[in-house]
Amino acid sequence: MSTATTDELMDLDEALARFDPVMGLEVHVELGTSTKMFCSCPTEFGAEPNTQVCPTCLGLPGALPVVNAVAVESAIRIGLALNCSIAEWCRFARKNYFYPDMPKNFQTSQYDEPIAYDGYLDVEVEGRSFRIGIERAHMEEDTGKSTHVGGATGRIHGADYSLVDYNRAGIPLIEIVTKPIVGVPGHLAPAVARAYVAELRELIVALGVSEARMERGQMRCDVNLSLKPAGAEKFGTRSETKNVNSLRSVERAARFEIQRHAAVLASGGTIVQETRHFHEDKGTTTSGRVKEEAEDYRYFPEPDLVPVAPSREWVEQLRATLPELPGARRKRLAQDWAISDFDMQSVVNAGALDVIEATVAAGSDPASARKWWLGELARTANERAVELAELPITPAHVARIVELVSAGELSDKLARQVIEGVLAGEGDPDAVVAKRGLKVVSDDGALLTAIDEAIAANPAVAEKIRGGNHKAAGVIVGAVMKATRVSRAFRLRATPAVPSAGWPPAGTERVRPRSGP
Amino acid sequence: MTDLTKRTAAETAAAIANGEVSAVEVAEAHLDRIAKVDDRINAFLHVDAEGALAAARAVDAKRAAGEKLGPLAGVPLALKDLFTTRGIPTTCGSKILEGWLPPYDATVTRRLREADVVILGKSNMDEFAMGSSTENSAYGPTRNPWDLDRIPGGSGGGSAAALASFQAPLAIGTDTGGSIRQPGAVTGTVGVKPTYGGVSRYGMVAFSSSLDQGGPCARTVLDAALLHEAIAGYDMLDSTSIDAPVPAVVEAAKLGATQGIKGLRVGVVKQFAGEGYQAGVVQRFQESVELLRALGAEIVEIDCPSFDFALPAYYLIAPSECSSNLARFDAMRYGLRVGDDGAHSAEEVTALTREAGFGAEVKRRIMLGTYALSSGYYDAYYGQAQKVRTLIIRDFEAAFTQVDVLVSPTTPTTAFKIGERADDPMAMYLADLCTIPTNLAGNAGMSLPCGLAPEDGLPVGLQILAPAMADDRLYRVGAALEAALLEQWGRPILDLAPAL
Repeated sequence: MSTATTDELMDLDEALARFDPVMGLEVHVELGTSTKMFCSCPTEFGAEPNTQVCPTCLGLPGALPVVNAVAVESAIRIGLALNCSIAEWCRFARKNYFYPDMPKNFQTSQYDEPIAYDGYLDVEVEGRSFRIGIERAHMEEDTGKSTHVGGATGRIHGADYSLVDYNRAGIPLIEIVTKPIVGVPGHLAPAVARAYVAELRELIVALGVSEARMERGQMRCDVNLSLKPAGAEKFGTRSETKNVNSLRSVERAARFEIQRHAAVLASGGTIVQETRHFHEDKGTTTSGRVKEEAEDYRYFPEPDLVPVAPSREWVEQLRATLPELPGARRKRLAQDWAISDFDMQSVVNAGALDVIEATVAAGSDPASARKWWLGELARTANERAVELAELPITPAHVARIVELVSAGELSDKLARQVIEGVLAGEGDPDAVVAKRGLKVVSDDGALLTAIDEAIAANPAVAEKIRGGNHKAAGVIVGAVMKATRVSRAFRLRATPAVPSAGWPPAGTERVRPRSGP
Repeated sequence: MTDLTKRTAAETAAAIANGEVSAVEVAEAHLDRIAKVDDRINAFLHVDAEGALAAARAVDAKRAAGEKLGPLAGVPLALKDLFTTRGIPTTCGSKILEGWLPPYDATVTRRLREADVVILGKSNMDEFAMGSSTENSAYGPTRNPWDLDRIPGGSGGGSAAALASFQAPLAIGTDTGGSIRQPGAVTGTVGVKPTYGGVSRYGMVAFSSSLDQGGPCARTVLDAALLHEAIAGYDMLDSTSIDAPVPAVVEAAKLGATQGIKGLRVGVVKQFAGEGYQAGVVQRFQESVELLRALGAEIVEIDCPSFDFALPAYYLIAPSECSSNLARFDAMRYGLRVGDDGAHSAEEVTALTREAGFGAEVKRRIMLGTYALSSGYYDAYYGQAQKVRTLIIRDFEAAFTQVDVLVSPTTPTTAFKIGERADDPMAMYLADLCTIPTNLAGNAGMSLPCGLAPEDGLPVGLQILAPAMADDRLYRVGAALEAALLEQWGRPILDLAPAL
């Protein structure tokens, strides 16, 4: 075990001036199949420990695996979406190593014959496009889940005892490995890493093969990083930061490792090839096990399974039925909405693509839909720490509000109140309008009547005003407002030259959460 | 009353079906026989008297209810302890699984139950099927009923000895390098290794996944065929099982016995002769070849040059796969656990358990396999062995363009003495010289008795080999030869064995 406890860091700008980062990303995606990779146990998340197990996924003597056809189909679809070649013939292989949460003490995986290989995924960062090469995507099974009880670290060493839940053992995984990511301007590298994982996640979700929820471990990322002197050809020694499990963490882990590597290299030290653990709370990494020699997994072709040989007809059929992929969809929508790639990035970063598209489909114009979802609603979602789609307001509600505004029946100010009402559970927009009496008052007669009544009811005040004391008008105004219940509209109309402090809604121009250093 | 244990499976099934005897009487007769002789033979690791009698009673109830009985209904059987049996101990002849009660039945076990076969118990074997003498059983060796100082073959010595000592008319074995055929040869019984994929491996504890094949053991070719049809066929739980109709082996056995083999082309493998072959084995084999010729077969000598490399290739592939297959015995989920005293880590408990739970031969093969698969050696060992395998398959393919079946002695020698080869693994491995090529190629093989070696009076086995999924040819030729030999001898060969 490494004795290093603290790591010197170099200033990021200085590090990037002196070194070029080379990154490699390995992403594991748990497929959303209803049964496991090699048996028919259910895969439902959150079941009681060791209730979704059978002889096969427990590795009982004599039990044998059978490949889940849906998992193979999902793997091929992922490969196609990543522009990969699909193997005409490939095999599973056994990766041999001992660990208590691995029932057979080998993982059934793929080794030198992955189902998909040699593809790419384009990602955009700060308006620039980067093509990330995909080395391979292969099928494998997940391990069980260990919980180490007692001890300081939560790791197996030093624990009093460990509990193993095999419900996860045998859940289908697709491991997607990038080619070395080089040639990205250093200051963008961490953001590119994040953008790749984000784009991959969207793609997986669009394919419908997994929910890819990182907080549930359905998508897990390893960040491999090395530095080479600026302009040099030869790659440096890499570190492998395991289980970086949020988009933000991917970026932070990459940044931290750049700074750490740079400090080590600048001080004449050498980088040790090792596994590193990422600490979510501090955004740092610490040394895991040092790989003194490459671990020998003694791979060999899995003799219990027959080769997977997807026919070309099937592959082409799957290619033809791929859904529109996120990149293409964004391009199409940016065009339809007449917005720039950069503005589209803001929409994507806010997680607002689906809701805006649905709002437009419900009749809204694109600009208004964007305005509400990225403004008022994004702010609320942020405050409540939920996704936009989880707010208790639907795209149809927003479209109706936009319609009322463009018909002149609501001002923007009133519209905000309607939204507030809908979010407060007071009903749909029309119900809120009716309940709160929120209508732009265009009937001067009603207003004039109210003013006349207010003046009549306050003769002394009226007298003061007539005497030149204009400040006294407040009382009359208040009375009219109370009588008409149209306070803000009245104020807007009454004092159009004075902008309200509440307008435009906070956050309209804010992009959240932004990528980039 | 005639001795029920001396009957063939076919005779027993018929007697039960026509009401001459009850299945319970048959089961009791065999349980009595086990009680009488098995302390000397040690063929059984576990006798399930209660389960056997319950199964027999169910057969009798079916018959009483007028239900049609299957061709093996009520026939007792010894099941090799490599197959899982729900709630009945399954040890694989190893200490590491002592006391394990599997929660599920192997497909073979399930099919036997569905065929109303009465499972008497679990038969002894070399630990995890690694051996050729049953001396590697953690529960003591099985003895050959022909001579209690000699081995009954292995790994399925328990199954073969149970047949030869009339403790059961049927048994199930598994054949990775000869573990059905070689015990059959040295005990004077019949054993068949079906085509790889012909019988489901689900629930058959893996030794070497690409070589292992379960199959029938019996005292006659017809009985083996009846058992073959009961256990064979596609199983969706075994990806390597063949989704095709089971060859009509019962029909073939009947045809062989009644209509002979006139015009059949029989190849004699040139490589299976010469140094190391016992004179009496060679003599009985050659007499049998002449008998086949007399029955109308055309005899051709066949050259299979790659067979010379089969043994070394086997001893790379089988240990490699076993090193991975046996990794699961780690004390975490089932079986033996040593050192779980709070002072040892999980890793140490696994190591201590494997050290205590595995025998010497199992350890030897795990080490061999771990080495052969390691980075830098894979191509030279495992990779090279797989190439040899391809060459052997080609030799078989070429041979079967010229002949319908191949024949050879099953083993170079008759049964050797217990302990004789225990300290010489190489000598032990030679026992499987003639049987291994078939496992590497995945095709079908049978051993049947062809006489007693004049020098020691012990049984000699003749091996018949057929192409993949042509298992019926084994039975056709086997039944014809069996009938002709029986005519010569005037009585079944096992009648010549000393009384126990």
